[in-house]
Amino acid sequence: MFKKIRGVFQNIANKIADVVSKKELTEEELKKVFDEMELSLVESDVAYEALPALFDELKKKLVGAKVSRFDSSEVMELIKEALVDIIARVEPKEDLVDLIRSSGVRPFIIVFLGVNGVGKTTTIAKVANKLLKAGMKPIIVAADTFRAGAQEQLALHAERLGVPFFKGKYGADPAAVAKDAVIYATKKGLDVVLVDTAGRMHVDVDLVEELRKVVRVVKPHMRILVLDALTGNDSLEQLRYFDSNVGFDAVILTKMDADARGGCALTLSVLLRKPIIYVGTGQGYDDLELFRAKMIVEKILG
Amino acid sequence: MTTVFGKIRDLVSSFLRSSESYEEAVNSFIRELQKEMIKADVNVKVVFELSARIKERALKEEPPEGVLRREWFVKIVYDELSRLFGGDVAPDPYPKSFPWIILLVGVQGSGKTTTAGKLALFYKKRGYRVGLATTDTYRPAAYDQLKQIAETIGVPFYGEKSGDPAEIARKAVATLLNEYSCDVIIIDTAGRHGYGKEESLLMEMKEIAEAIKPSEVILVIDSSIGQKAYELAKKFNEWTPIGSIVITKLDGTARGGGALSAVVATGARIKFIGDGEKLEDLEVFNPRKFVARILGLGDLESLLEKFKAIEESDEVRKRLERAIALGRISMRDIYHQLKSIKKLGPLRKVIDLVPGFSMLKLGDDMLKGSEKKIDSWIAIIESMTYDELDDPSIIDRSRVRRLAIGSGRTVNDVRELLNYYELINKMLKDLKRGKLRLKGVDLSRLGGEAG
Repeated sequence: MFKKIRGVFQNIANKIADVVSKKELTEEELKKVFDEMELSLVESDVAYEALPALFDELKKKLVGAKVSRFDSSEVMELIKEALVDIIARVEPKEDLVDLIRSSGVRPFIIVFLGVNGVGKTTTIAKVANKLLKAGMKPIIVAADTFRAGAQEQLALHAERLGVPFFKGKYGADPAAVAKDAVIYATKKGLDVVLVDTAGRMHVDVDLVEELRKVVRVVKPHMRILVLDALTGNDSLEQLRYFDSNVGFDAVILTKMDADARGGCALTLSVLLRKPIIYVGTGQGYDDLELFRAKMIVEKILG
Repeated sequence: MTTVFGKIRDLVSSFLRSSESYEEAVNSFIRELQKEMIKADVNVKVVFELSARIKERALKEEPPEGVLRREWFVKIVYDELSRLFGGDVAPDPYPKSFPWIILLVGVQGSGKTTTAGKLALFYKKRGYRVGLATTDTYRPAAYDQLKQIAETIGVPFYGEKSGDPAEIARKAVATLLNEYSCDVIIIDTAGRHGYGKEESLLMEMKEIAEAIKPSEVILVIDSSIGQKAYELAKKFNEWTPIGSIVITKLDGTARGGGALSAVVATGARIKFIGDGEKLEDLEVFNPRKFVARILGLGDLESLLEKFKAIEESDEVRKRLERAIALGRISMRDIYHQLKSIKKLGPLRKVIDLVPGFSMLKLGDDMLKGSEKKIDSWIAIIESMTYDELDDPSIIDRSRVRRLAIGSGRTVNDVRELLNYYELINKMLKDLKRGKLRLKGVDLSRLGGEAG
């Protein structure tokens, strides 16, 4: 799935090898190669605005590297190291399941955020599935009281998974619904409350107000932003908007199986140091994989 | 949002004023243009093809008379972009035959179901008997979602919660056609991307299409989609030829360049845009507005106006040629001329465009630098009745006064216009009789066209 980025970096590596066959790599030479790679990186959906920071990072690693005979595989190694460093920053320190367990908090409350169509509902079902398999008792809460079918969709997932489900009426106050669910979960001794929120456009002021209220009222232990890996430059807009208006603690990247090029992951690593905890890789409940920097870089560079 | 879009506008204006050579200016403009388009998520290949074409035209083609090269360049950029969208005109959204069967396809989460509802409302409001159906048996509650929407709008709905999607589609069309006599039938499908495990879903999509033979397959594209849009659209198009495209979620911050990639990949036209979550939030696609969005240009209008005027000046030329051939010019012709002269800007340059103007020796004294006079005459002509326009000789003293008051000008202004009108007509008459020779105008050719 990272074929594209892989190609890009292979390309750069070859170019760098041309430029500095027998001497130390200078910043100017590197800059020249960077300029050439700019568009190709963007072709992998790395946000345009993330490029300077990414280049800086690579520059730190590559300029002045003491490699007498700078063949392409050595440059490749350097790029790889730099990338692992960059991406490793957003690798989760521990799996969500372990994090919840070691927190000792019951019920552990997670609010899911994201624009429409990124796959929030499916992702929640997948997370619930993961928790179930770890022997925890989750509850799914539909705080999306706006979109037609939103609650039914979650309810069906909950039913199929055998997970309790909590909902309010269409048009009800989402914060109140979420709060009731937390109270219910506490009473029933459940472990994790997974709150789905309405996925409206992030520029919708009312929605942002609504999300803030949900967060204020239920005081989640974690706010997870769900991001579609197919998104282009708007991924950065979404990240920034949710960051400054609602706030979030972690990201789950969805639709990675749609041959997404993975540039999103690089953007996140460079500009927002918040962990990417999982990547969604299919329609099945088990299609949720841990985000691992090494693995991702391997995929990128082959 | 406007701040995001401000940049190219500055770019255009700095380009128009730049002191660099034309070629240098074109090159740096194109570099910036590429950057902006890529930021707007237009596919990189598309960007390069497009900019290569723009550059070639910009360096080869000569601007029409009276137009600065730099302005001409901006026009080329606009033309090439709108050409991708099938031209500058809005698409025709109305059914071409009955029943009009629309099949909606797209990636998961692109907004197909919401779009199905929006389309249903759009056609219902326009008097069509619309039916909605879903073949999505994968996404939980896809059925309930569309059913709820159909009930809200008040249109018949058909769907099944499980089963073979092609078979469901077939039954849906039959039911909506026979039981509800719908003339517009909108079929929603499950989201798919067609990679890996989902490859079989493309075959399924094809089977649905073969089962119902839709009048139109509409690809629904999320405006925030990145570089992948091109390949995805191409893939969809290979399995079921895409007739048109709907871009969704344009109420967000995304600039929607992915849709442009999809257009190039499929050759389909964009028909609608979704710009809100309410069912009313569907608009017929406006290419001009969208190009402006992708370019980050808030206002292309004034520049395009100018080029419109150039096209009009052809019209003016034709009118004048006819006038010369007939030996008579009407007040309406003069009005047309004044209007287009005004749009074209600096008068001196334009006057030369209009054959006979300089020859008639009216330009220098009466028009030179006189924007104000042109405004004034336009106002006066606009105050005339149809009778007066058809035959200005009926304008007597009291009508002159009325025109002056009506247009907020002086009686002298009105007289001046009438004198100009008479003078120009006298000259044309003389010209026809051969008393005057018009330099550079082939009169015999004109005579032929006059009939």
